[in-house]
Amino acid sequence: MSYQVNEKGYYGDFGGAYIPEMLYPNVEELRTTYLKIMNEPSFKEEFNQLLRDYVGRPSPLYFAKRLSEKHNTKVYLKREDLNHTGAHKVNNTIGQILVAKRLGKNRIIAETGAGQHGVATATVCALMGIQCVVYMGEIDIKRQAPNVARMKMLGAEVRPAKSGSKTLKDATNEAIRDWINNPVDTHYIIGSAIGPHPYPDMVTRFQSIISEEIKWQLKEKEGRENPDYVVACIGGGSNAAGTYYHFLDEPDVGIIAVEAAGKGVHSGESAATSQLGKEGIIHGCKTLLMQTPDGQITEPYSISAGLDYPGVGPLHSHLYKSGRGEFFSVTDDDAMTAGLELSQLEGIIPAIETSHALAIFNDKKFKPDDVIVISLSGRGDKDLNTYIDYFKL
Amino acid sequence: MKNRINQKLAEDKKLLSIYFTAGYPSLHDTKKVIQDLEKSGVDMIEIGLPFSDPLADGPTIQESSTAALKNGMTTKLLFEQLKDIRQSVEIPLIIMGYFNPMMQYGVEAFCAKCKEIGIDGLIIPDLPVAEYHEHYQETFEKYGLINVFLITPQTSDERIRFIDDVSNGFIYMVSSASTTGTKNTFGDEQQQYFDRIEALELKNPQIVGFGISNNETFTQATKTAKGAIIGSAFIKHLTHNGIDTIGAFVRGIR
Repeated sequence: MSYQVNEKGYYGDFGGAYIPEMLYPNVEELRTTYLKIMNEPSFKEEFNQLLRDYVGRPSPLYFAKRLSEKHNTKVYLKREDLNHTGAHKVNNTIGQILVAKRLGKNRIIAETGAGQHGVATATVCALMGIQCVVYMGEIDIKRQAPNVARMKMLGAEVRPAKSGSKTLKDATNEAIRDWINNPVDTHYIIGSAIGPHPYPDMVTRFQSIISEEIKWQLKEKEGRENPDYVVACIGGGSNAAGTYYHFLDEPDVGIIAVEAAGKGVHSGESAATSQLGKEGIIHGCKTLLMQTPDGQITEPYSISAGLDYPGVGPLHSHLYKSGRGEFFSVTDDDAMTAGLELSQLEGIIPAIETSHALAIFNDKKFKPDDVIVISLSGRGDKDLNTYIDYFKL
Repeated sequence: MKNRINQKLAEDKKLLSIYFTAGYPSLHDTKKVIQDLEKSGVDMIEIGLPFSDPLADGPTIQESSTAALKNGMTTKLLFEQLKDIRQSVEIPLIIMGYFNPMMQYGVEAFCAKCKEIGIDGLIIPDLPVAEYHEHYQETFEKYGLINVFLITPQTSDERIRFIDDVSNGFIYMVSSASTTGTKNTFGDEQQQYFDRIEALELKNPQIVGFGISNNETFTQATKTAKGAIIGSAFIKHLTHNGIDTIGAFVRGIR
């Protein structure tokens, strides 16, 4: 079984490029050039230098002693929350802005839900002096005011998506429409491992720095490169894709994906795509997605805006269907509790997205000598208001 | 029997095709809109199957799709509304919609139902030509359906030739790099594109869509092309005037 994308852009049954003809030249340009660009020595040098000096990589692999004691196993946290801009998202935006420059593009568009990808995109656009437009659902703009302010301060224009449900999926639709209307000068920086081929693979490769570092860091600490399990939360699935990447073909490494169950998988307010979704097409790829029997895409729910997406990247659909990945879903309540637990055991306030991964201990029991690496994908500053309201702090 | 689309394309006239969203403005307007369009002299109709996330569409068609879904439109209901349509309507009927609802209905079942009703063709903006060619062409052809592909000013000559090869009806020529409904006049850039396509001497006739809204743009687009499609402008007419003055709208175009 292969977990790499094939030459047609599929992971098993999932992926492809289901795009209107208007987008074909752009996507085709990217498809035929992305690997060539990424493999150029000058590209690698610039990418690695920026990750080191600007983002602050490598991010630490931290042995969480008190958390490990509490759950009677060995837990390492991969500290993506310590990256510049506070999450893993910047790994991908640094990579894509360098691709965009080499393609001669002078305008960047992006979609954002919680605002983390929007901020990471606005940041690299400021760094490179390139015009930036971020689409964000009108409802999310209200929910995530601090990130909207950050994007504006970084010089980006934030355009409200007013169509449909006015959240992430609609922001993505608007970004795609912008790209249709601006086919020559614009590059679309997709923030997750979704979209038409080659986006899922390109984003996964940029994020794969996470598992590349885990391997050598764990070798230093444990004398072995492979943990027993890698754990990540999944919305579209970019931090998960990067965390799994170098372990996909290592059968002794268990892959654990944690989705947002919202108020309960079958409550009608959930974002647990692998449990509730069916094969279909969203934003240019064939994947599992939440939809009505009639094929209309439905609106998910999660307390975490970053997991509030009705689809999941095609790699993850393949991991689910093939059985390579073990999928769990965690409710709002369990995630919030796990976030508070990490704050008070380790002094790290995680993003609510990340808190879902941390709640894995409710659902899965690990052995005392198991080595588990959890992707600490983002920090919780952006979520303070939600935490405060929830815990009445 | 020859497909109605091919018969219509063989007529010695410029064709006016109209797009509207099924189930809009009201859920059960679908049949009456089709009948009135034919009575008004329209040559061909694209029936929009509404989708929650219509990527290639501008605000007008998005809003009509959202409204139609709110009204209760579904794939099954559309087929139900159209089941006797061939008793009263003779012009070619095309269903235009996104691929996901068709996938969920079952592609083969969808095609079979189209044939049963008397639908002549499909336009599926997010089903790429290579994917169609590899996986679905046989099924479409088995049920006598013509699949129509889009080309844009950015489409290379080589790709246009491939699309021309795979097509057996007409080519939907998107007038400019845009979502539906975004332009009101055509400039030199569009004219150059129209001329470039004419010079390719394709086997399939071309029908221009996106940005056709009035007599001026219809006339300009059909100078070189076989016909033109009006969508957003007609939806706007329905929004503002309801379904009783369809004839007046059509007479204003040509």
